[in-house]
Amino acid sequence: MKVLVTVKRVIDPYVKVRVKADGSGVETANVKMTMNPFCEIAVEQAVRMKEAGVVTEIVAVSIGTQQCQETLRTAMAMGADRGILVETDAEVQPLAVAKVMKAIATKESPKLIIMGKQAIDDDSNQSGQMTAALLGWPQAAFISKIEINGDAADVTREIDGGLEKLTIKLPAVVTSDLRLNEPRYVTLPNIMKAKKKPLEILKPDALGVDVAPRLKTLKVEEPAKRGAGVKVADVKELVAKLKNEAKVI
Amino acid sequence: MAVLVIAEHDGKLLKPGTANAVTAATKMGGDVTVLVAGSQCGDAAKAAAKLAGVKKVLHSDAPHYNGSVAENLAALVVPLAAGYTHVVAPATGFGKNFMPRVAAQLDVQQISEISGVVSPDTFVRPTYAGNVIATVQSADKIKVVTVRGTGFDAAAGGGAAPVETLAPGPDAGLSKFISQELTKSARPELTAAKIIVSGGRGMGSGDNFKILEALADKLGAAVGASRAAVDSGFVPNDYQVGQTGKIVAPELYIAVGISGAIQHLAGMKDSKVIVAINKDAEAPIFAIANYWLVEDLFKAVPELTNEL
Repeated sequence: MKVLVTVKRVIDPYVKVRVKADGSGVETANVKMTMNPFCEIAVEQAVRMKEAGVVTEIVAVSIGTQQCQETLRTAMAMGADRGILVETDAEVQPLAVAKVMKAIATKESPKLIIMGKQAIDDDSNQSGQMTAALLGWPQAAFISKIEINGDAADVTREIDGGLEKLTIKLPAVVTSDLRLNEPRYVTLPNIMKAKKKPLEILKPDALGVDVAPRLKTLKVEEPAKRGAGVKVADVKELVAKLKNEAKVI
Repeated sequence: MAVLVIAEHDGKLLKPGTANAVTAATKMGGDVTVLVAGSQCGDAAKAAAKLAGVKKVLHSDAPHYNGSVAENLAALVVPLAAGYTHVVAPATGFGKNFMPRVAAQLDVQQISEISGVVSPDTFVRPTYAGNVIATVQSADKIKVVTVRGTGFDAAAGGGAAPVETLAPGPDAGLSKFISQELTKSARPELTAAKIIVSGGRGMGSGDNFKILEALADKLGAAVGASRAAVDSGFVPNDYQVGQTGKIVAPELYIAVGISGAIQHLAGMKDSKVIVAINKDAEAPIFAIANYWLVEDLFKAVPELTNEL
């Protein structure tokens, strides 16, 4: 079974993000970048399924600038077999991602597409669901477990009240939630091997997709800061403050 | 302008977040219609009709809406959307699941988790775990929007909108809902609670959460957790507060044994009053706390419960 996984290059989640002085965007120059954590989980899941003999080929896909090749090499170091970079300098929003994925899936005919639940930069949480819709495929978003059973997959999803079980027909799109797995660290030998794996670079035109953004960002700003708080010496003082000062109890 | 709000409900009652989505909808201009789709959900439709600002409720009932199956909800909403300028849903697990399908089929770019409405085509939304607030404008003919509940007040009651039956859409037959395993609790829901007591890695075990539960019971509070506590198996996933979990903004948030990672802050930094209890004097959470106590939680929390 062939699986496609998507990997997005994002600002490292532990970096303190700064807004440019003119409010036009976020400062990315010289900022540490990494693979989106949910995409790492997606790649890890595909690799585990390959190790279990369920998956035969893993194709990693990234959409963005030339530097996304690094992200694809990381996916290949984790165990993806080859990579596809759809190269563009445009701001790629989820609808464009879905259109690109639809075009690639139509060419590659995977049985399963595993995507991250959300990118920790724009926090949209849309691409996987949109991809499924454009392909007319079922989806299982925010999965914490997946088992392939013939032409279907049994999945467990994390929902607001707890857990949900679904059976979806294949081919399908699933999006990874935090507890699906814990991604492996890439080892140096695998990083070296990954350099030799095939990495194809395409332009969106070649796929017949217009990736121009639909939403226009008028401005970005940092949120209002909370006022400074106070340290309390003991529980008695805390209770007094909550009752008399904050008046919340 | 005409806004269609897709309600989240349990068949009988509306879920928290829907009333806030209705408020957001009223700011987009035009009449607000609420769609209540589900299986045997007539009571939920009646509840929606009582929300202030609602002009009309559409009630669509069929077994294949059980479990809010995304493909089936989208198949119902997409043809209906043509009559509206905006399609809105709460940015809960429910809304996040199916709305992007609607947007993709309408060929529009969804605007996720708005925290403000500037005008019918311009919205405010948090990005980078709430550290960068973006104002975005859409030129799409139909705006598909999910609403962050904490960004808007819940619509009041007292309305009396008519409820119309809407023929159900097709069963897409792609996805079969099997079952749900829901956390049973007499405590308030996290996203609706006025007070939340939340535990992190410092709790050490699921068993130790009992001391938080005792405190929560004294306060009539909900119990939440950080990702670390959930990943370690201390509590179920639906307790998670954070960037990729629940977003909450209660009157009082008590963070116990939580260090204050950026991703956790994203889920609770808009709380009115934040209290942090941690034995680590350098815990980053103290920077956003109104009151903080550097003490062993296993001493402080039981003492706090007794003092109340």
